[in-house]
Amino acid sequence: MADRDLLRATAAETASLIADGQVSATECLDAWLARVGEDDLNGYLWKADAAAAGQTVDRAAADPVAGVPVAVKDIFCTAGVPTTAGSRILDGYLPPYTATAVSRLAAAGVPMLGKTNMDEFAMGSSNENSAFGPVLNPWDHGRVPGGSSGGSAAVVAGGLAPWALGTDTGGSIRQPAALCGIVGLKPTYGAISRYGMIAFASSLDQCGPLTRDVTDAALMLSRLEGRDEMDSTSVGIEGGVDPPSATDLKGLRFGIPADLIGEGMEEGVREVFDQTAATIERLGGSIESIKLPHSDHGISAYYVLAPAEASTNLSRYDGVRYGIRESNADLDSMYEETRGEGFGPEVKRRIMLGTYALSSGYYEAYYGRAQRVRTMIVRDFTAAFEQVDFVITPTSPTVAFGLGEKTADPWSMYLNDLYTVPMSLAGIPAISIPAGTAEPAGGGPGLPVGFQIAAPAFSEQSLLEAAFALEGAIGFNQAPPGAKR
Amino acid sequence: MTGTGELEAVIGLEIHVQLSTRTKMFCGCELSFGDQPNVHTCPVCLAHPGVLPVPNRKAIEYALLIAAALECEVAPRSIFHRKNYFYPDSPKAYQISQFDIPIAGAGRLGDVRIHRVHLEEDAAKMIHVGESGRIQGSDASLVDFNRGGTPLVEIVTEPDLRSGAQVREWGQLLRATIKQLGVSDVNMEEGSLRCDANVSVRPSGSDRLGTKTEMKNMNSFRFIERGIEAEIARQKEVIASGGKVVQETLHFDPSTSELHSLRSKEEAHDYRYMPEPDLVPIAPTRAMLDAAAGALPELPAGRSRRYREDLAVSDSAALQLSFEVEWAEFFEGVIAHDTEIEPRAAANWVTGEFAAELRKQGDQGLSETRVTPDALGALVKLVGSKRISHASAKDVLAEMVAEGADPLEVVEERGLEQISDSGELEAIVATAIDENPKPAEQVRSGNEKAIGALVGAVMKATQGRADGGEVTRLLRRDLGL
Repeated sequence: MADRDLLRATAAETASLIADGQVSATECLDAWLARVGEDDLNGYLWKADAAAAGQTVDRAAADPVAGVPVAVKDIFCTAGVPTTAGSRILDGYLPPYTATAVSRLAAAGVPMLGKTNMDEFAMGSSNENSAFGPVLNPWDHGRVPGGSSGGSAAVVAGGLAPWALGTDTGGSIRQPAALCGIVGLKPTYGAISRYGMIAFASSLDQCGPLTRDVTDAALMLSRLEGRDEMDSTSVGIEGGVDPPSATDLKGLRFGIPADLIGEGMEEGVREVFDQTAATIERLGGSIESIKLPHSDHGISAYYVLAPAEASTNLSRYDGVRYGIRESNADLDSMYEETRGEGFGPEVKRRIMLGTYALSSGYYEAYYGRAQRVRTMIVRDFTAAFEQVDFVITPTSPTVAFGLGEKTADPWSMYLNDLYTVPMSLAGIPAISIPAGTAEPAGGGPGLPVGFQIAAPAFSEQSLLEAAFALEGAIGFNQAPPGAKR
Repeated sequence: MTGTGELEAVIGLEIHVQLSTRTKMFCGCELSFGDQPNVHTCPVCLAHPGVLPVPNRKAIEYALLIAAALECEVAPRSIFHRKNYFYPDSPKAYQISQFDIPIAGAGRLGDVRIHRVHLEEDAAKMIHVGESGRIQGSDASLVDFNRGGTPLVEIVTEPDLRSGAQVREWGQLLRATIKQLGVSDVNMEEGSLRCDANVSVRPSGSDRLGTKTEMKNMNSFRFIERGIEAEIARQKEVIASGGKVVQETLHFDPSTSELHSLRSKEEAHDYRYMPEPDLVPIAPTRAMLDAAAGALPELPAGRSRRYREDLAVSDSAALQLSFEVEWAEFFEGVIAHDTEIEPRAAANWVTGEFAAELRKQGDQGLSETRVTPDALGALVKLVGSKRISHASAKDVLAEMVAEGADPLEVVEERGLEQISDSGELEAIVATAIDENPKPAEQVRSGNEKAIGALVGAVMKATQGRADGGEVTRLLRRDLGL
């Protein structure tokens, strides 16, 4: 079969092609590796060679997904393969072990195509905080792909990978998926092992799939979820995950948190959101107004809690055991110069914020209070889910913005996560699906708009069913202009 | 603090106990001592990016056992915290420890209250190359991560101790208690038990605490006793001369008996404690608590009390026996020989003559000696029933230790049995008085001390087979006293 058809297929379709013998797993891998070689988005930081990746294909051909290669965010440790988390401080680091999520995919026969670019230590919403240069949005190379899983989103949207693995701490899967016009799923905290995922904010980090459609997201999740003895906070999803098949939304209630999605939303984003809500009603679902009274404090709480955890998680990068070391003069110089040279400005900003928030005398006022806000947000969702089955919002208040547009103003950058952060704080699953396109604020060709659906903890199956039904009705089938898919 | 009244010392202890689990606190690396550096390491205890801690179930069980032995209340849900500090012995740059909710607290051992018991991980070991022996000014510093991540239980007492001697005695009791639980080697020289002391002084009877100094890492309870006494004397001197005690960390040098102020790694630490998000709370089940309570052996404090109160054993022998389980078990074997044996006498024989004879004959340990508890019991019974004299018994004991001999056989062979026929003894006494008229006359005229020569004469005549008390009684009677 023609490579063009193969490279346009979703992961599930590719799996069928391999299963039906229309293409061999090796041919599939070679075609994709050739495509990866054409990366014009700065999406990959490391690209696999055929021999190494091929071993995975041979190992477990029994799994139906065997042979469908995956792009992996460079935040996952991969034995013997450079792993940087987008940071200069890990330049040259070769992990001695492999992350559980990557091992599980490998065990299913899924080879790794390459490691994708990202905001340094997953801190950012535009991928401009990578030490290795920004990723370009395949829809418009002058715009950002979102972040922090910007590389994973861009390579899937741009036809440089069939599917990708990302991580989400406050929106890092969902927001770039929205800005690149693909599907991104953040599972419930604890659904998938975090072992081997380089930590940003441990109580929020969760990995998940970035895919072309909802079926692929379910497929990857089904291979990722499960308890792992190396992560004592992991529990898995009871009953596992099956491919979704719903065609309507009859009897399902969708809540719109009016107090959350007021400010800062672009007009085009609002129009797509309203149209999608109407589509839900057409499919038999009902739309209700709900209250999440504390969720507008989510960003403030998040920007205390996540930096606080990050400040201690990132203390291990000290030049002693691995990564770069900038000075041998004495202990303090080694710490100061290694960390001074190794970390970028956004990472330093958050380490300082977090260090301050945990300092003796300030702990209660910042960390303690932010924890209480988090508890209230959890309760808000619990109350909302007594009234409705799902909470819906736009994924991001804006479409993809221009490179450099928000870098001078961290707060306006942080506000891009306004709608995704509350779900992270509550630990609940949320998916972003492409719902249409809208003109950016300054005019120009249409850019993708994402639609977010959130559900109670561990109800991934019903979340995927609803997203699948809605996806079918929306019929979003656009590829970026000029993209290779 | 002013005034001329008496000052009293107030001392609290912080004791770190390395648990003797098979593996480390948060990873599967084996514990070791004295192995090649950095062979017991993995991505987790080297703090590679992305790793997560997984708590050691056995370490939690051991901590619960210690909590039970110290009569503590166990927290229904205790949590781990991160204690943040930069130093190469701490690869994560934070130690996983417990902070505001430790696994147990509010306990007691003997007359000292326990403030808290918590679980944490040990740091790695550093070696500084160069003359300074410290990181400042060293040519190079090496880190051995074998020890890093060893499970530790920290025990913090209330400030209930008042002197160096009391600290030594109580420390030895704690050490014996934990040793008996089998949860640690409690070897102070190897660092598997480490003790820090907080010392302050205040006017006697005051309920306020004075400014304390902290004495770090002393590696024997004898040194701790001396160090604390030196520090108490220093603080009293400072106050007597109108000065104020300054809060600082001190090191006691046992070779010079001098106290040195240690500069801390960073002045005024702010550890920025944060709840550890990678671990779930420890919530011991009823079954785990019951298992800990059920696994408690008879501990030194209880055993010592039982020996004193139920068996009328002397205080010192009771203490000595209960601190060393194998000695206690030997003692119990001795008194099991026969119900007529008096435990008090048996305890004195075990801890006194028997222990001394073992030392004398090649410093034998209990595990090496050929003397069985039953044989020693037979000997103690022979003395108790006055069938042999104390002096003979010591000779028999020497032969038992030397050759594993049976005491009854030795007594028979050597004819050591005391003269039990009172008619025979009376005749010998009468002969002695006749043959030694001079001392006999002295005694009659009131010089009681002179009776010694007569007793000696009887003993000589009987080759030591007479009971000294009985001989004296007969002599006094016959001499009209």
